[in-house]
Amino acid sequence: MTDMSDLTATQRFHALANPARFMALTERLVWPLGAVTGLLIAAGVYFALFASPPDYQQGETVRIMYVHVPSAWLGMLGYMVMAGASLIALVFRHPLADVCAKSAAPIGAAFCFLALVTGSLWGRPMWGTWWVWDARLTSMLILLFLYLGYIALWATIEEPARAARAAAVLALVGSINVPIIHYSVVWWNTLHQPASVFRIGGPAIAASMLLPLMLMALGFTFFFATLLVMRMRAEILRRRVRVLRLAKAEG
Amino acid sequence: MQAFLDMGGYAGFVWPAYAVVAVVMAALVIASVNDLKRQRRLLAALEPGEGKRKRAAARDGASSASSGA
Amino acid sequence: MTRAFIGLLKHDLALAVRVGGGGGMAVLFFLIVVTVVPLGVGPNLNLLATIATGILWVALLLSALLTLDRLFQADYEDGTLDLLTMGNLPLELVAAAKAIAHWLTTGLPLVIASPLLGLLLNLDERNFPPLVLAMLVGSPALSFMGSIGAALTVSVRRGGLLASLLVLPFYVPVLIFGVVAAGGASAMPGASHQGLLLLGAVALASLVIGPVAAAAALRANLR
Repeated sequence: MTDMSDLTATQRFHALANPARFMALTERLVWPLGAVTGLLIAAGVYFALFASPPDYQQGETVRIMYVHVPSAWLGMLGYMVMAGASLIALVFRHPLADVCAKSAAPIGAAFCFLALVTGSLWGRPMWGTWWVWDARLTSMLILLFLYLGYIALWATIEEPARAARAAAVLALVGSINVPIIHYSVVWWNTLHQPASVFRIGGPAIAASMLLPLMLMALGFTFFFATLLVMRMRAEILRRRVRVLRLAKAEG
Repeated sequence: MQAFLDMGGYAGFVWPAYAVVAVVMAALVIASVNDLKRQRRLLAALEPGEGKRKRAAARDGASSASSGA
Repeated sequence: MTRAFIGLLKHDLALAVRVGGGGGMAVLFFLIVVTVVPLGVGPNLNLLATIATGILWVALLLSALLTLDRLFQADYEDGTLDLLTMGNLPLELVAAAKAIAHWLTTGLPLVIASPLLGLLLNLDERNFPPLVLAMLVGSPALSFMGSIGAALTVSVRRGGLLASLLVLPFYVPVLIFGVVAAGGASAMPGASHQGLLLLGAVALASLVIGPVAAAAALRANLR
């Protein structure tokens, strides 16, 4: 095998197209990624719960922001990874692109769900209700539906190649629509709430709050990366199993 | 310590928030790890070398059973 | 090519009218949904008047969703779709023709029926023109965006519910802009006009996105 460091970036990208190559390269990636994840999240939680002050207005509930905002960011990042991978799958036909998209979806959906739940828990003491149809939460809810539809499509179409192509189309149409949907929801929200709206995050975030927020955000991102690699490896194996099973059935 | 757990009276919101995040993330990890392990297991059972060895062992076992009957 | 397009359109229109599931039944479903809502929220006329445009739009959405899954499936099952892909009409235009047929047989009848059903919900007569206009502009978007869901699930046996799940998020802007354009309750003056413009923009975009994406989805399923 050629030494990867001799290749240009494009050549390395194409080298990764070979599933066996991908498996070999990522074999020693999971544990280090996981370790970095653990360290970042541990540091983040320490600062979030212990070493940062409560907010002047929101009190201790501001600590929920340290899990809510990173979850929301990762929910959106997950969809961008999914859409980007789908674009590469459809346009460049990179063999592992659809594996990446399929693997990213459940992780992104989970973070989207977490954003909604933590947002609700944050909103209850702040606004007095468990749910509020404000622009951001509503958009996040619709994003969750987009995720679930994508996952359902993969689950419903049996043949992986066909499912991959259909899912890629769905992800791309979704990504075109997300800005439109978000804009319409924001517009809808401003129409129905003439009074000042409580904004999540409130006024500018103080420096002491920025550190735990960034640590948690980075930790969640590495968590995403670790799980993405793990799930891609499992998916590659799953397809190999399927091929072998079909070959065996045919005799 | 008590003040910390109390979270300024918001304990009922802050701790469940962190708990649900921890649970969901842990569940994701467990599901992903189990899936990976399962696929490895299935693949190991299906790889040709493994299959031939199993078939040879089964044949030997059957012939020895019939001869020993 | 135009002749092929018109031919396909006429064929699908005839099919929808003959086989049923179009026009009449869609309006009937529309009527049932509108009837069920007051049964659910109570006969308070003031309340109904406030939510009337919202209810009518939601009913329109649901009626459109229910007729979507058969958009491509009949042709997929008997092999006609394979033939169409090999014909001289681009698959994108095939999808567009089917979406137009769907709109003519499902959307348009519903739009015409909507003011009458609005009477059941105590909708103010002054709201009739903006309502019909908004629905006229917005309903094609439902057919065109809906065709994407139908195309994605064409190979799935009972794909109707999945198609609806996939398409509903894309309907959200149409719903939001459509209700406001119809003069639905809102705090800002001039919102109705702005809503109609935004609705028009979304509808125009769907005329392009719909057939392109539906064709891509059909190709994905046909190979």
